[in-house]
Amino acid sequence: MAEVTQLIHQYLRHNKKFPLVFCPGCGIGIVLGSLVRSVHALDIPKDDMVVVAGIGCSGRIAAYVDFNTVHATHGRALTLATGIKMASPHLRVLTVMGDGDALSIGGNHLIHAARRNIGVTALVVNNFIYGMTGGQCSPTTPFGSYTHTSPQGQMEKSFDVVEMARAAGANGVYRGSVFHAKALDGLVQRAMSRPGFNLVEVMTPCFTQYGRGNRFRSPVEMFQWLKDTMTPREVYEKLEDKTGKLPMGVFVEHDEPGLEQRHAAMRQALADKGGAGS
Amino acid sequence: MSAMQRKKRTEAFLLGNEAVAEGALLAGCTFFAGYPITPSTEIMEVMARRLPHVENGVFLQMEDEIASAGAIIGASLAGRKAMTATSGPGFSLMQEQIGYACMTETPLVIVNVMRGGSSTGLPTSPGQGDVQQARWGAHGDHPIIVFSASDVRECLEMAITAFNYAEKYRTPVILLLDEITAHTREKIEIPRPGEFEVLSRLLPTMPPEWYKPYEETVRGVPPMPPIGTGYRFHVTGLTHDPLGFPTSRPDEVKAVTERMFRKIDRFFHDIQIVDHDLTEDCDTLVIAYGSVARSARLAVRQAREAGVKAGLLSLKTLFPFPRPQVEKLLRTCKLVLVPEMNMGQISREVKRVNSGITTIRTLNRVDGQIITPSQILKEIA
Ligand SMILES: Cc1ncc(C[n+]2csc(CCOP(=O)(O)OP(=O)(O)O)c2C)c(N)n1
Ligand code: SF4
Ligand SMILES: [Mg+2]
Repeated sequence: MAEVTQLIHQYLRHNKKFPLVFCPGCGIGIVLGSLVRSVHALDIPKDDMVVVAGIGCSGRIAAYVDFNTVHATHGRALTLATGIKMASPHLRVLTVMGDGDALSIGGNHLIHAARRNIGVTALVVNNFIYGMTGGQCSPTTPFGSYTHTSPQGQMEKSFDVVEMARAAGANGVYRGSVFHAKALDGLVQRAMSRPGFNLVEVMTPCFTQYGRGNRFRSPVEMFQWLKDTMTPREVYEKLEDKTGKLPMGVFVEHDEPGLEQRHAAMRQALADKGGAGS
Repeated sequence: MSAMQRKKRTEAFLLGNEAVAEGALLAGCTFFAGYPITPSTEIMEVMARRLPHVENGVFLQMEDEIASAGAIIGASLAGRKAMTATSGPGFSLMQEQIGYACMTETPLVIVNVMRGGSSTGLPTSPGQGDVQQARWGAHGDHPIIVFSASDVRECLEMAITAFNYAEKYRTPVILLLDEITAHTREKIEIPRPGEFEVLSRLLPTMPPEWYKPYEETVRGVPPMPPIGTGYRFHVTGLTHDPLGFPTSRPDEVKAVTERMFRKIDRFFHDIQIVDHDLTEDCDTLVIAYGSVARSARLAVRQAREAGVKAGLLSLKTLFPFPRPQVEKLLRTCKLVLVPEMNMGQISREVKRVNSGITTIRTLNRVDGQIITPSQILKEIA
């Protein structure tokens, strides 16, 4: 435990005002921890690491970590990340977005980032809710769930992030949960060490804005729910009755070069031809 | 085009849009992201052809204008000189990102080739309806620089100037063209590297642990290192302290907001660019910009032939509004005409400066047609 704490401190900013903005029992701190442990495990120099975050509770991760950090506009983290990665391909660019950020206002950017296969790792922090604005329904709010803007229960279906990223052409697609922190670390590291666009959906509880309104009595109950629900993909696929279960693990892995690599190859080919043409 | 050809070629027959692209490349632009829209698309197409031949040049067609603005902000944070080009509908979409660039003091060049009308309007006709939007389109108090160009040569020059000022003052710069200027083809001289000034942003010289990204400095423009060069800091659209971290402490909020304005205010004399044409002795003045300034140039000459002491002040800088230059002429002229292809957007500024000094007349054309020299002549002679 002491070791873990020490490691975290090595990557937290000392000049940033603490404490964290997150509520007690929030899972976002575990996502932050996983990010830091993954960067450490992959031995990425702090100077090479760029974290681009959207707007929302999850986006606040960026301010605390001692990397190059950009807190973008709501939904647009991937657009800035695309610019940074194309401008400086040697940098390791990772985005942190909430479910509303990534899938609602930023949904168009997400599918196009996946289609272009830009060399960015995208963490989608899915807490089923607009946390920061105080508990309105999001594109991942489960059908029938109660939020401030679905007081009679959510009338709309929710997105499956994994299937959407797969269909859009992402190189890698993963799902993990903050209850399964060790497994999550593995997935984040795997996503960060591969070319092209790799997305990790991270299921995390928001007791404050989602749990309380949906019959969870404490954050602990929400973690318990994650424990009971999240099932390794291999096990999930063999289940006869899949009700109340969600698969986690590795869903897609292709090895196509990232967009920035394709551009570099194109420029090299032009240079080899003598740079002619106007 | 090869490096050899480039050195030799000094004259070219270009569209205004092509001249903007040429100017951007001469200014050191290595990154363009955009989304097709009439009447700006030629800028994007030239960049798509040329940038792959530029060292580390990147051209991207994005999924929309919000993404285009986002990509150039990212590229600029990574140290590139970056540009996008659009027209009204796309410019509206970009506004939140432009405000973010103002707040984070990220140099950018955004070209808006104005079409006629509001909404989808008149895609292939000229207009000047986005002037006040260019100044105030993004929400919240923020300083910004807005330039215009009236002919093909100016398109090239103002593109270079736009990059220089974006870098010098760490700010987005909007370059407003209208459809006529953008789609006029003229023969112009292409300056050779070294024949014009190229400015780049100030880089920090202190060690990273001393660096404060939003520090108070004498000029008000803190140095800006590219991401990934050892200066790790936080960039946010939230109101921030000198280290870049979110703050709501009244003293810090006030300080950062005032510095952002001051960095532009203090250098009005440098930023406010105007052209004087026969104004030394004039008593009848036309104030114009964009293609209208071109019509006015001819109208003023014709008025002189008819015995009227007419002059033209053509505005290359629209914002910060060149108040001192305008005010000086208002004091000596008995009539001032402001012709515009809108319902009166720069004339508002002129009237604000005037406050009773002289007579201001407006000439507004909003039918998607050019303001002709004879229309202007009729008003002044
Ligand atoms: C353009 C724009 N619209 C709305 C908002 C207000 N807003 C801030 S955060 C947020 C939603 C956050 O939800 P999510 O992305 O799921 O993040 P969470 O807080 O749950 O981590 C919204 C709508 C904004 N900042 N910008
Ligand atoms: S509102 Fe929810 S997501 Fe936001 S910090 Fe609190 S628990 Fe976490
Ligand atoms: Mg959320």
